[in-house]
Amino acid sequence: MSDGKNFVLGVFDDEDVLLKAITQVRQGGVKIHEVYSPFPVHGIDDVLGYRRSRLSIAAFIFGLCGTVLALTMQIGMMTVDWPMIVGGKDFLPFPTFIPVTFELTVLLGAFGMVGTFFVVSDLKPWAKPRIFDLRITDDKHIVAVDLDKNNMSEADIKKSLSDAGAQEVNNKQFD
Amino acid sequence: MHAEAVVRKPLVTGGKTVHDVTEDICIRVEQAPAKSWYAAMAVSLALLGYGAYAVFTLVWEGIGSWGLNKTVGWAWDITNFVWWVGIGHAGTLISAILLLFRQRWRMSINRAAEAMTIFAVICALQFPLLHMGRPWIGAIWALPLPNTYGSLWVNFNSPLLWDVFAISTYFSVSLVFWYIGLVPDFATIRDRATGISKNIYGALALGWDGAARTWSRYETVALVLAGLATPLVLSVHTIVSFDFATSVIPGWHTTIFPPYFVAGAIFSGFAMVLTLMIVTRHVYKLQDYITIEHISLMNIIIMVTGSIVGIAYITELFIAWYSGVEGEQYAFFNRALGPYWWAYASMMTCNVISPQLFWFKKIRTSIAATFVISIIVNIGMWFERFVIIVTSLHRDFLPSSWAMFYPTWVDVGTYIFTFGLFFTCFFAFAKFFPVINMAEVKSIIKATGEKKK
Repeated sequence: MSDGKNFVLGVFDDEDVLLKAITQVRQGGVKIHEVYSPFPVHGIDDVLGYRRSRLSIAAFIFGLCGTVLALTMQIGMMTVDWPMIVGGKDFLPFPTFIPVTFELTVLLGAFGMVGTFFVVSDLKPWAKPRIFDLRITDDKHIVAVDLDKNNMSEADIKKSLSDAGAQEVNNKQFD
Repeated sequence: MHAEAVVRKPLVTGGKTVHDVTEDICIRVEQAPAKSWYAAMAVSLALLGYGAYAVFTLVWEGIGSWGLNKTVGWAWDITNFVWWVGIGHAGTLISAILLLFRQRWRMSINRAAEAMTIFAVICALQFPLLHMGRPWIGAIWALPLPNTYGSLWVNFNSPLLWDVFAISTYFSVSLVFWYIGLVPDFATIRDRATGISKNIYGALALGWDGAARTWSRYETVALVLAGLATPLVLSVHTIVSFDFATSVIPGWHTTIFPPYFVAGAIFSGFAMVLTLMIVTRHVYKLQDYITIEHISLMNIIIMVTGSIVGIAYITELFIAWYSGVEGEQYAFFNRALGPYWWAYASMMTCNVISPQLFWFKKIRTSIAATFVISIIVNIGMWFERFVIIVTSLHRDFLPSSWAMFYPTWVDVGTYIFTFGLFFTCFFAFAKFFPVINMAEVKSIIKATGEKKK
């Protein structure tokens, strides 16, 4: 996501109005930079045309690594490196490896996915987020339109947003 | 968008708007705490201090300062461990399993319940660590690390080692799940704060900006984490029950243990959530968020799991008789009618009879009754573990080694230490963290708030 400088913000406070407005504004030819919300709005990815997140695939791959790691570790230690008879079991007592294998699958799957999420969404303690409006984390949904990325005039964009039901239409500039 | 039957009661009452949610929850973080908070914190710190002295004595003098003897080699330590781990089951169950089942009432209680889970697991971890005598060495020996004895590896056939993996995984995944949920709420606090707290909450919020793309990923992460955490919750107490079930001690060697332990864990976890939530709700005036409806639904879960536990107790008795094995029969006869009959009777009364009162709607929706029963349930669950552990051990295979177990002040002090730790953590959480998941509650205000109804 490249960072623009001049934005027009449409402020909404009802998620159903917001969803209709996004569709309407996009049909009117306005390119939306991003929509900011205080809580997850269901169906917003569809109206914005976002693809489904592939983080679940990341979780699967990391989980698979956990399975392989756990089995390699246990077989390596108990069967290859120092085979020992414990309680009359085989050198390769597969059933007793299942609990640890399961736990490491979950552990790596969860941590791998969350780590990937932090990286792709640029979430880190020292991040300096661009706050479009302080009310985003309270009760307002903000539709941000980058003026430099749109061929339409500022007035047309503002009209399109207020026609769609925006309570306020504001300008926002970043240095 | 969401549609539901009109007969459903509103989950958030009092005509709250989205902005009210921010105000009601953030104010607790922003304002100086009340006098009652300082008093409560002082009491828990006193418990922690006394407990720390007991723990110091334990580490200095050695495990001999506990009341264990040659026959009863496991008693209070593992009873407390299993008890705390059990309590630590409700939070992740509420946030993971209820998320998969799309139970929206979880949203007002999941934050505090998960916090409680994490603190309970921290308390549980004290016992396996401390019982090693020299924890700084023992903690390393429990891990599969290369060493100068060969390398002689840890034994992956042992359920005690499975516990190491199960509980550390459960703890870390629950912590991550909890933190992910906190990030948007930290951003809310950050955007209201000034000065140093803006920096602290800003760092905790990881630069959250509320973008739709991030929310979309966030929801995927929450769903997949719930999918991973659901079998994890069920696996943890299953593996804890293996500590007993894979042994050959009459009274422990039973295949019913895994489901029976899991039901018991959910039972005691929900009871502890209720104990804490009823107090928090009252002190923080959260009656519109945690409604009688929430309390009643949690009571139904307590009633169901309590009944499962009751059936498990009776099944154990039946199987002991039906097995025809004399040792097994004696273990259960001794459990119910031997010298520890009072522990067995307390367990039966608290766990099997008391939750049945929740069949009455009046009791289920009464805050005072719920509070009392939630504490009784946890007393009963402590006795359950004590009964399983001590009564199965104290009458050994050889009558000449039969013994009783008497706890010392260090046993009691170590337990008090974990109480101090638990409540200190919980009160700190209640002051510095948003006790209700604001973002999630905001998302249901429109669909299930009172205004809509």
